[in-house]
Amino acid sequence: MKGNEAFAEAAIRAGADGYFGYPITPQSEVMEYLMAQKPHERTGMIVLQAESEIAAINMVYGGAATGKRVMTSSSSPGISLKQEGISYLCGAELPCLIMNAVRGGPGLGTIQPSQSDYFQSTKGGGHGDYRLLVLAPSSVQEMADFAGLGFELAFKYRNPVLVLSDGAIGQMMEKVYLEPQKPRFTDEEILKNTPWATTGKTPDRERNIITSLALESAKMEQHNLALQAKYRQMEAEEVRFEKIGCEDADYAFVAYGTSARICQKAIQLAREEGIKVGLMRPITLFPFPKKIISEMVARVKGILVVEMSAGQMVEDVKLAVEGRVKVEHFGRFGGIIPSPVEVVEALKKQIIGG
Amino acid sequence: MTEEIIIAGFGGQGVLSMGKILAYSGVMQDKEVSWMPSYGPEMRGGTANVTVIISDERISSPILNAYDTAIILNQQSMDKFESTVKPGGVLIYDPNGITRHPERKDINIYTIEAAEKAGELGLSKVFNMIVLGGFLKLKPIVSMEYVHKGLEKSLPARHHVLIPENEKAIEIGKELIKTTQTLN
Repeated sequence: MKGNEAFAEAAIRAGADGYFGYPITPQSEVMEYLMAQKPHERTGMIVLQAESEIAAINMVYGGAATGKRVMTSSSSPGISLKQEGISYLCGAELPCLIMNAVRGGPGLGTIQPSQSDYFQSTKGGGHGDYRLLVLAPSSVQEMADFAGLGFELAFKYRNPVLVLSDGAIGQMMEKVYLEPQKPRFTDEEILKNTPWATTGKTPDRERNIITSLALESAKMEQHNLALQAKYRQMEAEEVRFEKIGCEDADYAFVAYGTSARICQKAIQLAREEGIKVGLMRPITLFPFPKKIISEMVARVKGILVVEMSAGQMVEDVKLAVEGRVKVEHFGRFGGIIPSPVEVVEALKKQIIGG
Repeated sequence: MTEEIIIAGFGGQGVLSMGKILAYSGVMQDKEVSWMPSYGPEMRGGTANVTVIISDERISSPILNAYDTAIILNQQSMDKFESTVKPGGVLIYDPNGITRHPERKDINIYTIEAAEKAGELGLSKVFNMIVLGGFLKLKPIVSMEYVHKGLEKSLPARHHVLIPENEKAIEIGKELIKTTQTLN
């Protein structure tokens, strides 16, 4: 299965209630697959092609407000269009699943894979002090796994979860194991699990209001403090990462997604030449595994951050390292994927030799 | 065992589907696989290529710049990928439409006149399976039993009646492949 298809199938199986999207390369397979599967016949899940990205994200807002498991997906320019809606979703504390199959930018850019939306994904992107919980898959298997995990975390924190994929992971096929079908929430479960949802007022409770608006500054500050406390809880409980070949490593790559796969090949090539290098792969980009990177400094002599961007995650790595060892960035961008050989050369030139 | 393969030619030649059938055959034989297409705005008539990796171990990078085997089906792909075959590796090409033949001395080179044969037999739709047959003759990394299952998996059910024709084409390909240059 292609990464995009695995994500779509896994979302159906995770008990999603609705998908709202607008086609864009390289993630159109998500909606194509969903339409072909007719999930309304399988589970009752709604799949709707909206008139625009902006409409799609606001349909997600509406669905999420009623306690449903709803989702959207797009690629970079389309995700930019959704930013206003994402800020509102965070402000109103609504759970939802968003997937970005990143392509090269800025602007319309190219349809080839890239990782240049890291800042947008992890630092905001829309307005206001908010964070998304960001999961970065590096295989087709993780595309499938993170659909279910994404919904779970979104509801745990009442916050949108972003699956930050890219064109390469979306388009490639690998072996994948899928979870069995989970039932969709029943109306009773929605009342019980999401008591905040707008399910229709009953005489025994106050009205539920879903809004991101609070004109009173004092109230808004309290709301912001509550949001920040939630983000700190994510930092304490949700950091996910994978370390490969780090036990005896003198040097380390830090890379996520497609770049992490390329680094794994680069590790093999470098070790054939006797260079002991490992890989630290952040799986959550927010919360960022800064503590793990900080601890690695005791062992490694230098870190090469490999990204398909001009250097974005490297800033977070530098913050974690605090100048204790050399941190350099190597990247190709605009839709170019670096080769494993290039990565090894960069390690030799920028870290070992430099 | 890890076999890293690039298949490259014109869009419409069945490059991506050949890779897909090979990858599915690998899955059926319980191997680790990856199938990474070049995707672009071009479709039929443009260039198309796909990287297929079949391995007994977890696959690291699905994107490579050196291959054990290159299967080349047009001149542009020859220009682009001849240099990417690992020393000692294998280059298989269909000479039909090739004006500049491979020049490297450090790789094994084979030709398969699949386009001509497919035309002769009126089997132009299974041209890619003839080529696949040639590859499997040299590198039997998946057995025919699993290729059958791979065909079942990658072809829609309504096309399953065509499986025998595909398998026949693979057998023809095994006979058709010719050695041009081997090391030792």
